[in-house]
Amino acid sequence: MNPFETLRVALRALLRNKMRSFLTVLGIIIGVGAVIAMVAIGEGAKARVEESFASMGSNLLIVMPGSTNASGARGGFGSMPTLTWDDLQAIRREVSSVRYAAAQLRTNAQLMSEDQNWSTSVTGTSPEYFLIRNWKVASGRQLLDSDIETSAKVVLLGQTVVDKLFGASADAVGQIVRIKNIPFEVVGVLEKKGQSAMGQDYDDGAFVPQSTFQSKIQGGLQKFLSGTIFIGATSTDATARAQEQIESLLRDRHRIGPGMDDDFSVRNLTEMANAQQEGTRTLTTLLASIAAVSLLVGGIGIMNIMLVSVTERTREIGLRMAVGATPFNILLQFLVEALTLATAGGIAGVLIGVFSAGQLASRFGWPMLIRPDIVVISVGFSALVGVVFGLYPAQKASRLDPIDALRYE
Amino acid sequence: MSIIDLKTVSKVYQMGDVEVRALREVSFAVEARDFVAVMGASGSGKSTLMNIIGCLDRPTSGTYHLDGQEVSRLDRRELAHVRNRTLGFVFQSFNLLSRTSALENVELPLVYAGTASRERHRRASAALGRVGLGQRMGHHPNQMSGGQQQRVAIARALVTEPRLILADEPTGNLDSQTSIEIMALFQELGGAGITVLLVTHEPDIAAYASRVVVMRDGVVMTDTRQTPRRASDDLKSGAALEEKHP
Repeated sequence: MNPFETLRVALRALLRNKMRSFLTVLGIIIGVGAVIAMVAIGEGAKARVEESFASMGSNLLIVMPGSTNASGARGGFGSMPTLTWDDLQAIRREVSSVRYAAAQLRTNAQLMSEDQNWSTSVTGTSPEYFLIRNWKVASGRQLLDSDIETSAKVVLLGQTVVDKLFGASADAVGQIVRIKNIPFEVVGVLEKKGQSAMGQDYDDGAFVPQSTFQSKIQGGLQKFLSGTIFIGATSTDATARAQEQIESLLRDRHRIGPGMDDDFSVRNLTEMANAQQEGTRTLTTLLASIAAVSLLVGGIGIMNIMLVSVTERTREIGLRMAVGATPFNILLQFLVEALTLATAGGIAGVLIGVFSAGQLASRFGWPMLIRPDIVVISVGFSALVGVVFGLYPAQKASRLDPIDALRYE
Repeated sequence: MSIIDLKTVSKVYQMGDVEVRALREVSFAVEARDFVAVMGASGSGKSTLMNIIGCLDRPTSGTYHLDGQEVSRLDRRELAHVRNRTLGFVFQSFNLLSRTSALENVELPLVYAGTASRERHRRASAALGRVGLGQRMGHHPNQMSGGQQQRVAIARALVTEPRLILADEPTGNLDSQTSIEIMALFQELGGAGITVLLVTHEPDIAAYASRVVVMRDGVVMTDTRQTPRRASDDLKSGAALEEKHP
């Protein structure tokens, strides 16, 4: 009896009880559907995290000034400016794995146009900053080195600020905004970047030359850099090395001996991104394994129905044996039935999984990523479930005694 | 050469602590083309005898040559092949696959013989034609009368061109007129070179056989040769059998 013939007999037996066959595979359909949907959503979430870290800046490190330590009350990072402009120059000059370094001086201030006002963060920085963060201008121009040299009163605005001050579709370039009552000329508007993973709006901000920031917006000691330093490493692999090199350079420059606490800290955003991705991956694995359990439950359902089917068709089995079916023929027939059920359930599950992942993704505004390997694995796994759980009933059928089977009522 | 040749065949069943000796050293031979009726009360051992002859069961001791081949020590797989190639079965309750056409029911043994689909169709249609059901090949069992269903079963037994057909109470579920028709069919097969072994408890049915074997307590009590009644004559004359025993 050839395999095609066996398959035909199996299909015929399954179609004879359409409703029962459908209910039997429902467990598999739901199991596979859940695996596919969970993984698709998990992958989507991962892609979203990647995307948000990418808009934060590529190969990004942030150097933060250290804490005060006054009679044991530690003030936390940033409570005292410990970084100097010379430190920034030294990092640029001496650390080989650093491509760009830029200061980020930040304060909150009220911006005013002719008829509107808006409180937002104002950042004093240099042109490298936009290269590190991979931000481009949508209209107008970037900050220039000459703006810094001349302490020009120019500002770049994020899209949100433009919307608030000038209206949604206005062109702000060339307009004047007042920051702390000092007029700045808008020279550029940044591209829309959306939100960070934590919900921070990257488009809500204004950027001025660092020299202008120090002299006009927030005074302070000229020697110290009262903010943070943003670093772009030469590559993703270089971020860890850059971190080490910066740390040893700054310890050297700040004369911090072995065993003493650093008065600065270096944060590696790439590592944070990796950690967050790791978290997402763990969650995806967890969801997928819960879904896989329901596949197993589906398999037990198949075994149950196959056992019922063997009992019900005892006479048929006896007859098939009488006319020449070998025990192996019978085994194969029931095994192929279970396999067909499970595989059909697996394929239906994939379709339903893709569909429901699409629905969920569009509802939550997440990207949806269907991984072909997961599709193949889950259909393969459900086929395996069919074989494993079909084996016992099939064996039971093949071991029937033809005489008893023929007499079975 | 005998088609069936049993020598001192015994069959012992273990029912709990009790040993049941269903067959006691039965020696029994059937020549090719013969039409033999096996009779006996229930518990006489006739079913056990039929199961062993039909290669559905193996004797506890003794030898059984079927068509020259010793089959009493074959395993289940080999017995399945022997049944498929050499034997045809007809049962009291027809045992047709429901919701399956007559043609496909008849094709079933050929499926296990590995015959190609086209050849199966050809041979199954021929077998159905031979039992007078050439017009009903597409019908399902529930669309046919008992007599027609038993004809389909006979066609299924015939389709592999077996040497021997074993019929276990083939008329047990049929009325007397239909029973005679079925017996006429078996008599035709005898004429065509097929050996028929029939189990029945009805003397009226046994009358159509040319040899009657009566079993009792696991042994052959009587073994008589007789001139068979001709079923085709009975059908022509319209004579029905006596009222059946309940």
